Amino acid sequence: MTAESQPSAAALDGQLLGRLDRRRPGLLVGSLASGALALVFIYCWGYQIANGIGVTGINRPVFWGFYIINFVFWIGISHAGTLISAILRVTKAEWRRPVTRSAEAITLFALAIGGLFPLIHLGRVAIFYYMIPYPNSRMLWPNFRSPLVWDIAAITTYIIGSALYLFLPLIPDAAVMRDRAAAGLKKRFYAVLALGWRGTAQQWHSLEWGIRILAVVIIPVAVSVHTIVSWDFAMTQTPGWKSTIFGPYFVVGAIFSGIAVLMIAMALLRRGLSLERFLTDRVFNNLGLLFVTMSLVWGYFTFAEHLTVWYSGDLFEKNVHHVLLHGDFAVPFWTMVVVNLVIPVAVLSFPRGRRPLPTALVGCGVLVGMWLERFLIVVPALSTPRLAYSIGDYMPSWVELGIMIGAVGVFACLYFTFTQLLPIVSVWEMREGWRHAGSGGESGQPSEAAPTSAAASPVPGGGAA
Amino acid sequence: MTRWGMAIDLDRCTGCEACVVACAAENNIQTVGEEQAREGRAMHWLRIERYYEGEFPNVRTRFMPVLCQQCGAAPCEPVCPVYATYRNPEGLNAMVYSRCIGTRFCANNCPYTVRVFNWFDAEFPAPLDSQLNPDVSVRPGGVMEKCTFCVQRIQAGKDEAAQEDREVADGDIRTACQQSCPTKAITFGDLEDPDSEVSKWAESPRAFSLLGDLDTRPGVVYLSGSEWREPAE
Repeated sequence: MTAESQPSAAALDGQLLGRLDRRRPGLLVGSLASGALALVFIYCWGYQIANGIGVTGINRPVFWGFYIINFVFWIGISHAGTLISAILRVTKAEWRRPVTRSAEAITLFALAIGGLFPLIHLGRVAIFYYMIPYPNSRMLWPNFRSPLVWDIAAITTYIIGSALYLFLPLIPDAAVMRDRAAAGLKKRFYAVLALGWRGTAQQWHSLEWGIRILAVVIIPVAVSVHTIVSWDFAMTQTPGWKSTIFGPYFVVGAIFSGIAVLMIAMALLRRGLSLERFLTDRVFNNLGLLFVTMSLVWGYFTFAEHLTVWYSGDLFEKNVHHVLLHGDFAVPFWTMVVVNLVIPVAVLSFPRGRRPLPTALVGCGVLVGMWLERFLIVVPALSTPRLAYSIGDYMPSWVELGIMIGAVGVFACLYFTFTQLLPIVSVWEMREGWRHAGSGGESGQPSEAAPTSAAASPVPGGGAA
Repeated sequence: MTRWGMAIDLDRCTGCEACVVACAAENNIQTVGEEQAREGRAMHWLRIERYYEGEFPNVRTRFMPVLCQQCGAAPCEPVCPVYATYRNPEGLNAMVYSRCIGTRFCANNCPYTVRVFNWFDAEFPAPLDSQLNPDVSVRPGGVMEKCTFCVQRIQAGKDEAAQEDREVADGDIRTACQQSCPTKAITFGDLEDPDSEVSKWAESPRAFSLLGDLDTRPGVVYLSGSEWREPAE
């Protein structure tokens, strides 16, 4: 590789950060619009707290509704980042470099929202802290046998872990921002984030080790979080819920929906910030392959789950199964199968389908499908209790819909703001990738600068050592 | 040791619902109104399930009073994150209202769907407030509740026996539903005492447990001579 074809560090920084420096009215409008939607969220929750949980559509026997569905949905989305970026880091996949930051930000924000839903769902949210083990004058502990207490432990761990995992690789970039900013509030903001980063060899060494350790540790945490979420259902004796397959089924579904959001976010970022040189077609191709794999695995789990239930012939299980496949819930069920399995496989199996636009559209479909999956887990099982006298149905109220839509606004607002404040593509990791490419490895460099020999390197991540 | 239990003779039940009314009056259960009831939020701790047999005009109705079964292995208990529902030493599946944060997990895990939730704060507009039972707390909104086996009557019965310096005798304590049943289809007492009426009923060949194969070990025993009953435990 010749010296001319490799952009200098400064030029790369300039290219990436220049995107950030330029004012983007679209992003600001996005921030404000989603901020308005976030107000809907706040209003609806406030209304519910003031008037009582009865303003929802939940009832007996459907005691859990949209809030729990959205809880599982958002926790699922949070697996976009940490898990995917950690796996890619640990396996040293070079094409991860432009992806990780945007994925990790999705994780943190989705998790913050997902973690709110169980609280929104409480009958008496003011005393939610009864679930937390803390020393108190009543000498009472929470019930550690309850999956909800496991939830609290798992989600808290995951939030702290993901925040660290987003923050650590951000430090050198914050330092670059600090050095570029003019003196003032902005500089001070980045200075705080940069934690006094000077870029010494010792600091780089510590940072790399920190990231390496976190990337390994965060994988079992992420797996355990969604497994425990599934146990909120699987640990009960409710027909349609008690299932040993739920743990891995939920983890797979979570990664699946996580990739879907990542695909959408990356397609939007690539377009909105003109990052075509960094988020290359190759990145979309690779993520698209991962995406279709998860679709097939999800399809396999769904098939295995329903086949065993149907084959068992258990009366109560069959009642639930019947309303799902042929009864009141047949339309959402088969819609789910189409958007989660049929369409992804049909589109993503072909290289032309793994381009930004089709993958993002498939991602939108999968998001709908995975939301439906959670709906189909929560509602049919509850509305079909063992004693036929109590069979019921469920229709969400405007409050539940408002909170659900508002939560999307909160997420988008956080994400837009983050994109405007900090580099959404990790600058130093890209630079590192270039350096590795220079020494003959695979990289996520801009395709037009890629020498054919390096791009076709058969050893993935061969240059990352 | 005491294990409070109830036996219900379905062959005697006429489905008159006097027990339902008595239960609501005794336990300060809020009346939610027409609209809420239509949404599936009626709060009866005890309900009469109706099942129809045969084709018109030869239709027969079967009645089944269903209340909290006070399970010996209650699915609702382990899932509560805050110990708001727990097993007391006398076999009652007790609720601590002040501890309940309203996750409703217990209700989802109840195979009998007998738990009811206060979706809103209870309202007892005058003069209804003056008929509230002073021995029973009025539950706030956002809290789960269910049949307590009239725990306040159990307590009163024990207090009275203690004052008279004697043991609680069988028949001393009568639940509201039992007291109001015109056909005497309900009996209540100590299942550990082999001579109590409830124990004798429970040994009847007609006795069975509701959803007995779940092995929740209910404290409520049903009696029925007809073919629709489930086999006894």
